[in-house]
Amino acid sequence: MINLTIEDRDGSRRPVEIPEDISLSLMEVLKATDHHILATCGGMALCATCHVQVVEGPEKYFHATDQELDLLDTLPDAAHDSRLACQLRISEDMDGMVFRILGEE
Amino acid sequence: MEPITTDICIIGAGPVGLFAVFEAGLLKMRCHLIDVLPQVGGQLSEIYPQKPIYDIPGFPTVNAQQLVDGLMEQIEPFKPTFSLGERVNELQKLDDGSFITTTSDGTEVHSKVVVIAGGLGCFEPRKPAIDNLEEFEGKGVAYMVKNPEAYRGRKVVLAGGGDSALDWTIFLADIAEEVTLIHRGDTFRGAPDSAEKVFELAKQGRINLVLQAHIKAINGNGHLQEVEIVDRDNAISVIAADNLIPLFGLTPKLGPIAEWGLNVDKSAIMVDTVDYSTNVKGVYAIGDINIYPGKLKLILCGFHEAALMAQSAFKQVYPDQKLSFKYTTVYGVSAF
Ligand SMILES: Cc1cc2nc3c(=O)[nH]c(=O)nc-3n(C[C@H](O)[C@H](O)[C@H](O)COP(=O)(O)OP(=O)(O)OC[C@H]3O[C@@H](n4cnc5c(N)ncnc54)[C@H](O)[C@@H]3O)c2cc1C
Ligand code: FES
Repeated sequence: MINLTIEDRDGSRRPVEIPEDISLSLMEVLKATDHHILATCGGMALCATCHVQVVEGPEKYFHATDQELDLLDTLPDAAHDSRLACQLRISEDMDGMVFRILGEE
Repeated sequence: MEPITTDICIIGAGPVGLFAVFEAGLLKMRCHLIDVLPQVGGQLSEIYPQKPIYDIPGFPTVNAQQLVDGLMEQIEPFKPTFSLGERVNELQKLDDGSFITTTSDGTEVHSKVVVIAGGLGCFEPRKPAIDNLEEFEGKGVAYMVKNPEAYRGRKVVLAGGGDSALDWTIFLADIAEEVTLIHRGDTFRGAPDSAEKVFELAKQGRINLVLQAHIKAINGNGHLQEVEIVDRDNAISVIAADNLIPLFGLTPKLGPIAEWGLNVDKSAIMVDTVDYSTNVKGVYAIGDINIYPGKLKLILCGFHEAALMAQSAFKQVYPDQKLSFKYTTVYGVSAF
C-alpha cells in the first residue's frame, strides 16, 4: 500500500491508502476518495483546476515539469512547490507524502 | 435601452447552445444567445480549441474550433442574434409566462422560452487572493484590457506569466507612463519571442520586471494608488500604481444561475428527460449544465437534448399551432 496524506483547503488532513499496482494519477485518486477537485479537463493538462502543493515528500516531486509550468503560470496562487495532480502518477516512492489541495472547488 | 424581443433566449453560446439555434430554427423559432465570453464556442474555444474530437458522428476527427465554426455556419440561415461579453445575472418570469433575461451590461431580452446551456458555468477571471481586491474593481483593477487607450500616461501594474500578461506588457510599454510586470517565476512559458521581448524591454529600462514575487496587498483612497509586492525572501516593496491588471486566465463558476429558483444538485440543474425542462415552466437546461440519471457530459448528448427541448419549446412559443415533425433531408433547411 502507498500511504498519502491529503490536506484540504480548510487545513483538515485525511490519510489515503492506494494499492501499489494501480496506475492512476493523483487527480484520479483525489476524485475517487471524494476530495473536491474540479479537474475540468479530465487530466489533459489544459485547465489547471487540479492544483496541489507538495508539503512533504521526496525532493523530486517538488518540481513541476515544463508542461505543468505552462499552466501553473496562469494561476494566481502557484508557488515553487505547486504541481498539477493530474500529471503526478502514483508510485511507490510517494509513500508517506503529504499534498495540500489548492485547486478551485 | 429597449429590450431585445425573441422567441428563445439561450444562455451560453457553447456547442450545445449553438446547436439549439438550429433545432429551434427548424421549427421557425428565433433565438438570441448570450455569453459572458467575447467569443462563441464555450469550453471548445476557451479550453481546447486545437484538440481533435473523435466522437462527433460523421466526423472521424474534428478539431474543436472547426466544430464551433461549422456550427456557426450551420445556424447562419436562422439569423440568430448575440450578446457576447455579457454575463446573465437575472432571470425574471412575467405574469404572462414570458421572461426577461438581464445581463451585466443591462441588456434585457424578452422571450417566451429560456434555454440555459451554461455548461460548467460562467467563465470568469481567476483572481489573486488579495483581501480588498473587489473594492477596487472598476477603480483601477480590471481583469482584461478592453480599451488600451484608457492606460495612456498611467502607471500600470500587470501580474501573471502567461501569454496575455506578456502580450499586454509589450503593448502597454508604448502607451502607459510606467509598466510593471510581476511574475511568480523567473522564466516565462508564453511564446518564446514575447518572453524575449519582455526581457529586452526590461533591460532597456522601458518596463519594470519583478520576478519571483507576488502581490500582497493593494491600497488607495477610492481609487487604486499603490501595490505591495512580496518577493521570495518575504521582503516587501511598494509600487505607485493607477491600474492593476491581474491576468491569470479564466475558470468556470456556476455563478448567478444558482440563484434563479431552479432545482440545483451539485452545481447542475435537475431536468425532466422527456424534454429537458426544469422545475420552472418555460425554462429548459441542456448540455453540461443539467443533471439526470445516466447523464453523460458529451457534446453528442447535449445535441440530442437540444432537439427534444425544441419540440417542447414549440408548444410554449406557438400554443395554438400543431407541430408536425419533418426531416431536413425532405425539405432542406431554407424551407423551414
Ligand atoms: C479538454 C476537454 C476535452 C473534451 N473532449 C470532448 C470530446 O472529445 N467529446 C465530447 O463530446 N465532449 C468533450 N468534452 C466535453 C465538452 O466540451 C462539453 O460537453 C461541452 O462543451 C458542453 O457544451 P455546453 O454548450 O453545454 O457548455 P460549454 O461548452 O461549457 O458552454 C457554456 C457557455 O455558457 C456560458 N455561460 C454560463 N453561464 C453564463 C451566464 N450566467 N451568462 C453568460 N454566459 C454564461 C459560458 O461562458 C460558456 O461559454 C471535453 C471537455 C474538455 C474540457
Ligand atoms: S485536470 Fe486539467 S490540468 Fe489537471
